Amino acid sequence: MKHLPILVRALRDPDQLVRYTPADWDLLLRQSAATNLTPTLLSLAEARGLLKRVPAAARAHFDWVRPLAARHRQAVRFEVACIQAALQPTGLPLLLLKGAAYAMADLDAGRGRLFGDIDLLVPKARLDDVESALMLAGWAGTHHDAYDQRYYRQWMHELPPMTHVRRGSSIDVHHALVPETAPVRPDPDSLRARARPIPGMPGLATLAPDDMVLHSAVHLFFDGEFDKGLRDLFDLHRLLGEFGAEPGFWDGLAMRARALELGRPLFYALRHVQRMFGTEVPPAVLAAVAPEGPTPALGWLMDWLFAHALLPLHPSCASAASASARFLLYVRGNWLRMPPLLLSRHLFHKAFLTPRAAA
Amino acid sequence: MLTVASLSRAELEARLAGPGLSVQTGPFVSRIHSPIERIAEGIATLYGDYPLRDFDGFADFHVHMRRSGGLRRWYRPQVSFDIDGLEPFEPLPQEHAFPMLEWALNWCISTRAHAYLMIHAAVVERDGVAAILPAPPGSGKSTLCAALVSRGWRLLSDELALIRPQDGLLVPVPRPISLKNRSIDVIRDFARDPVISRPVENTTKGTVAHVKAPGDSVARAHESARPAWIVFPKYEDGAVTSLEPIPRARAFFRVAENAFNYSPLGAVGFNTLADTIDRTVIYDFRYSVLEEAIAVFASLKPPAA
Repeated sequence: MKHLPILVRALRDPDQLVRYTPADWDLLLRQSAATNLTPTLLSLAEARGLLKRVPAAARAHFDWVRPLAARHRQAVRFEVACIQAALQPTGLPLLLLKGAAYAMADLDAGRGRLFGDIDLLVPKARLDDVESALMLAGWAGTHHDAYDQRYYRQWMHELPPMTHVRRGSSIDVHHALVPETAPVRPDPDSLRARARPIPGMPGLATLAPDDMVLHSAVHLFFDGEFDKGLRDLFDLHRLLGEFGAEPGFWDGLAMRARALELGRPLFYALRHVQRMFGTEVPPAVLAAVAPEGPTPALGWLMDWLFAHALLPLHPSCASAASASARFLLYVRGNWLRMPPLLLSRHLFHKAFLTPRAAA
Repeated sequence: MLTVASLSRAELEARLAGPGLSVQTGPFVSRIHSPIERIAEGIATLYGDYPLRDFDGFADFHVHMRRSGGLRRWYRPQVSFDIDGLEPFEPLPQEHAFPMLEWALNWCISTRAHAYLMIHAAVVERDGVAAILPAPPGSGKSTLCAALVSRGWRLLSDELALIRPQDGLLVPVPRPISLKNRSIDVIRDFARDPVISRPVENTTKGTVAHVKAPGDSVARAHESARPAWIVFPKYEDGAVTSLEPIPRARAFFRVAENAFNYSPLGAVGFNTLADTIDRTVIYDFRYSVLEEAIAVFASLKPPAA
């Protein structure tokens, strides 16, 4: 808790917003603008009825983002309806992941959260059908380079991103949560079997609450890019806060993580939401997840890396340490995607062959 | 109220190089940081009338104009613009520092202040009613704007029409008017004693200089104005002055094309623009002689409110 950046303190305890001086607001809004979290702060202040007590100059910045957040919410609903119509012929339910799932299921984690792509999960055996159906409805594939096609189609857990030719909206079609080449294999069939329909929205589904948390955890803690790290960690804080109140949620979480081979990312997730946001996690769950953690020496290193990389991406929080932490985690993220030989081949291709092909 | 002019040149440079210079332009407070001499020179020339805002530590935009270029700084010094660690533009030669600051301040507003419908347009006002001059580049909008302002029209903005969705009024952001190439001499001859910054050659827009906004326009920056006319100006060598009304539906799309945030605002953008179009008279305007253009604007009749 010592020396947490003001953005983290505000997200952790929004009630303290009313005590901030204009100079506090100045720094808070710069950190939140740099991390795209101003609409999230707005949603937290509104939910607590604090907006009237925010100084006028700071409130103006909330007025700047309010229309964007409203438009984003509307655009997501529209795009999801379009995707659903496009996938009708396949007979598949539309299983949404991450931001689109939080928004459509009206979860706390979706309030004021901005995101670019809509992510969906479909059976691997039906990828071709899904891709054709989306193409018929105007989404075109990207990354036409033969190597990139192979990278996505043979090694990754998703198709190359598809972009709508007229609206420019983007979809990521996943068939698994982690790359085919990663050392762990959370079973996609089991994830889809446990998916939950979204009440009041026929044909739409999300992952089960525990699976949603585990996906968010593996996405953040096994990936190499931390530019949206703080937002993603706050997702976990809000998901755990909301689902944690549901009976039975905590009881099965650790076991489910083990079944999906995602014990390690859950360990990191619980550890760092607590450290950053003071999230309440039952001691029994922490005890059950503890054996999934790293050795003490590695644990110390990983704590240091994540603690630095998860800070707001703003000059007021930047240091040589945060830059090195992000770099090392980028290397680790690639390491976790692919076995070493394949990774060296991939990096060699990206470094030397792709630029030559582009020239 | 303390203005930038109350600072000596040395104090101004010390603030820019140290804690930053906080200046109020319309509804925005920008804190400008820069060790570059050209920035201090431009601000001293053009920003004397603007209020200093240093009392509480809050600013809307924290703009850094830095020396950059690594080794290159010794033989070809460059300037870069950065806001909270983000560098949206490529660095430019250091002589371009002041025009770059103006572009940077426009960028800050046009990419962030979505509480307004923002149109790429000059705005001038007379007797409480305003003319919006939307313009694709090269239309002579700024020249006409500078000419009108030198003949008694109040400057609301040379670049950004900010329409407040709640009441449909135009919110002023009076800042220096940007002139290009031949227009610089045209306005030097046309206006009475204009204050013009040192021309900067070879920018992406050619030679660029800025005209100081009138003190009265700066002092009245808190007074919003009702839009009465939308005029699409077009300068054409030798053209006969002509003012042609445009049908509303066509005008709607032409204004929308010149808006920075029509689409991101969604229904708010549509409704605000539709109301503005409903309450204004809209023209295509061709001109080649500034005196005639001024006379046409003087004869414009506002629609009934």
